[in-house]
Amino acid sequence: MSILNNTLKIILSFLFISLMSFSIIRLIPGDPVTNIIGERGASEERIQEVRKNLGLDKSVFEQYAIFTKNALVGDFGESIVTKQPVWNDFKVLWPATFELSILAILWSSIAGLALGVLAASKRNSFWDYGAVSLSTIGFAMPLFWWGLLVIFFFAVTLGWFPVSGRISVEFDVPYRTGLFLIDSLLSGQFAAFFSALKHMALPAFVLGTVSLALIVRVTRSSFIDIQKEDYIRTARAKGLQPSQILFKHIFKNALPQILTALGLAFGQLLTGAIMTETLFSWPGLGRWIVKSIEARDYPAVQAGLFYSMVVIVLINFVTDEMIKVVNPKMRDNVKL
Amino acid sequence: MKKILFFLGLSALVMSSASISSAAQNFILCMEGSPASFNPQLVSDGVSMNASSQAVFNRLVEFKKGTTEIESGLAESWTISKDKKTYTFKLRKNVSFHANDFFKPTRGFKADDVIYTFKSQMDTKHPLAIPAANYEYFKAMELDQLIAGVKKTDDYTVVFELKRAEAPFLADLAMDFASIQSEEYATALTKNGKGLKTLEIQPIGTGPFVFKSYQKDSTIRYKAFDQYFRGKPKIENLIFVIVADSTVRLQKMKNGECNVMTEPQPQDLEQIAKMPNLKLVSTEGINVSYIAFNTQKKPFDNLKVRQALSLAMNQKSYIDLIYRSQGTAAKNPIPPTMWSYNKATAANVFDIAKAKALLAEAGFANGFETELWTLPVSRAYLPNGKKLGELIQADLAKIGVKIKLVTYDWPVYLEKSKRGEHQMIQFGWTGDNGDPDNFMNVLLGCSAVKAGSNYARWCNEEFDTLLQKAKVDSTPKARTAFYEKAQVIFTREKPWYPIAHAKLNKVISNQVTGYKIDPFGHEQFESVDLK
Repeated sequence: MSILNNTLKIILSFLFISLMSFSIIRLIPGDPVTNIIGERGASEERIQEVRKNLGLDKSVFEQYAIFTKNALVGDFGESIVTKQPVWNDFKVLWPATFELSILAILWSSIAGLALGVLAASKRNSFWDYGAVSLSTIGFAMPLFWWGLLVIFFFAVTLGWFPVSGRISVEFDVPYRTGLFLIDSLLSGQFAAFFSALKHMALPAFVLGTVSLALIVRVTRSSFIDIQKEDYIRTARAKGLQPSQILFKHIFKNALPQILTALGLAFGQLLTGAIMTETLFSWPGLGRWIVKSIEARDYPAVQAGLFYSMVVIVLINFVTDEMIKVVNPKMRDNVKL
Repeated sequence: MKKILFFLGLSALVMSSASISSAAQNFILCMEGSPASFNPQLVSDGVSMNASSQAVFNRLVEFKKGTTEIESGLAESWTISKDKKTYTFKLRKNVSFHANDFFKPTRGFKADDVIYTFKSQMDTKHPLAIPAANYEYFKAMELDQLIAGVKKTDDYTVVFELKRAEAPFLADLAMDFASIQSEEYATALTKNGKGLKTLEIQPIGTGPFVFKSYQKDSTIRYKAFDQYFRGKPKIENLIFVIVADSTVRLQKMKNGECNVMTEPQPQDLEQIAKMPNLKLVSTEGINVSYIAFNTQKKPFDNLKVRQALSLAMNQKSYIDLIYRSQGTAAKNPIPPTMWSYNKATAANVFDIAKAKALLAEAGFANGFETELWTLPVSRAYLPNGKKLGELIQADLAKIGVKIKLVTYDWPVYLEKSKRGEHQMIQFGWTGDNGDPDNFMNVLLGCSAVKAGSNYARWCNEEFDTLLQKAKVDSTPKARTAFYEKAQVIFTREKPWYPIAHAKLNKVISNQVTGYKIDPFGHEQFESVDLK
């Protein structure tokens, strides 16, 4: 029943998503044709001709019908800028964003959990203040500035990492999954693997900062709240080991909140990816979507927005289900 | 958990062993954007041209490296008929096309390739024309309305028939969109099912470098073409790396990760000039930036108002602060390096007292309120429109003219200004072919009012007649006389306040030899080497 209910929700969300991704870009003034012509002039007939070539001469309803019909079978049309199927661009860009996001969320959740637990268990100590202020700074620091600082210190001054890019130019990794860490290993180029990892370190570090801040805060506050609960007192009274209390009782009960925060953090990564990818010349989706908006590349923007919304809906769905696994109280058939 | 520890350990290992290595035979250009397409017929931005036409292709005639002069390219020589309507080109023999994984040319370059290149752009029904392609540049230069026919008399002779005499025609043929494509390749693509769209991702040309691969938004790879007709380039592997952020680009340059870098920011130039391992190369660009007064709107229809405002603007401060002395003060619509530039016209004068007097004469003793639209994008001709707007706002406040600064997102800015909704507006232009017609007619001609590129919306009959005469005459001497006279009218009537001709800057590393900076902003590497 709950699965059915959720599936219905997802279908409705997808319908809504398709309408949003179609209309948002069209509501922004300025159209792709003016952008193509640029500083130059063009006659009215010429403008009409270009509009016709792009299929923009049809009514908005007709365009929407074509868009949804094609989107259902996964065809998002041709990019106005590159004149190639949007899917071709998408296919090679998303693994870059995915790889980066996974690494960012991985390090930020490990570090975030550790710092959060540390802060909660040593409340009002140096560690607590340190972790909280670190996460506040991480949250408040604009990514473009933070990113430049990181590049300047770790890449230019210390020379530990390359400034930008995804892999050193001497490596030409054959395309398999598009994930360089995997492709390089599949082709047996270990040097390329290390190069890709080295290139990924700084952008993943910068991208993960914002999620780190979120996770530290949520972990800390939920740990502190749970420490006050009666059952924790009972556990202490029973004489359980502090480590047993921490992992078996507090952590388990804090997990739903932390999972929710992780889901949110993953969604935020998409926003962060736009800045990070621009700074580090990371060939991913964030930069692509922004450039497509600037060029009013309708098909590309539609596909990009569609993808981001789908990802967020899916992540919400997955976190909801995971919370149900860890917290029986959240399951639908439980009556409280 | 074990996996994570392994991972962390791995990262630590990488950090400790990090070092930057670059193989000697790689030559790396770090540039600001990604190419839209590798088919030069379909692109209109500098990045795409560098990646396609300049590296992979040749044209019938070409611009001599580092200049705007025409020299022979794939055409060995050419003759022009007396009525200036027939151009006959003798083609070079023994020129080969590149090969790739699925195409091996069976023949060298010949007349069929030239005919295919032009006919497919002229006629949308041509069997090898790309469906629904806009051929933007070809049509923007109005070649579809100029060329009556292209035919061959033998395999190495091509004749162009024009509908009217047009002096800039030869220069048009040196432009990127006129790059010669292989007819054999296009035919093969339609037959093997890959389709003509493949021309946009897998180019085949006759140029110095063979296209290898493109990793979207990241890296483009080329290899030297050993059968290049001017001789094999010295660089073996040419690599274009896309680095969007200019600060990051400079850091990469400093770190030795690039050999050449495009578009340094004006505020970084001083710092670059001091660096021992980097070199700044500059040339005068073929461009102009200006403030256009919308002469169809009050009060800018009044010459005295335009004169008064021009007198109140302090051009020198704009050059110093916006261009950091990387620009020349402009007075004519064309840059001083272009032929027919009139040295004798009056320069912009800064005189507030006189400006006030003229404004009073025009009936605005207490000034007026108006808008100035500031350029929302950073262009080579104007790096920072907003800052320039603020300087102008302060200057004009001194004569009582209150300026409201307005700006829009680039496509909106273009759309609204083409409809003439602005009052004063910042704009600029970078030349296509080095011909004065490409500046004055495109930006100030009467027909350009309707087309939307005459942002002053200024149609002066005397000026326009001179331009039309210069367009059909093809003796440089007579054309020079017409254009010089037109510039006198321009400076007298002041439809614009011309601001600057910006220099083009590139940063190269010390090992680079033989690099010539191109006034059109093109990147050419056929004679470049590394020490």
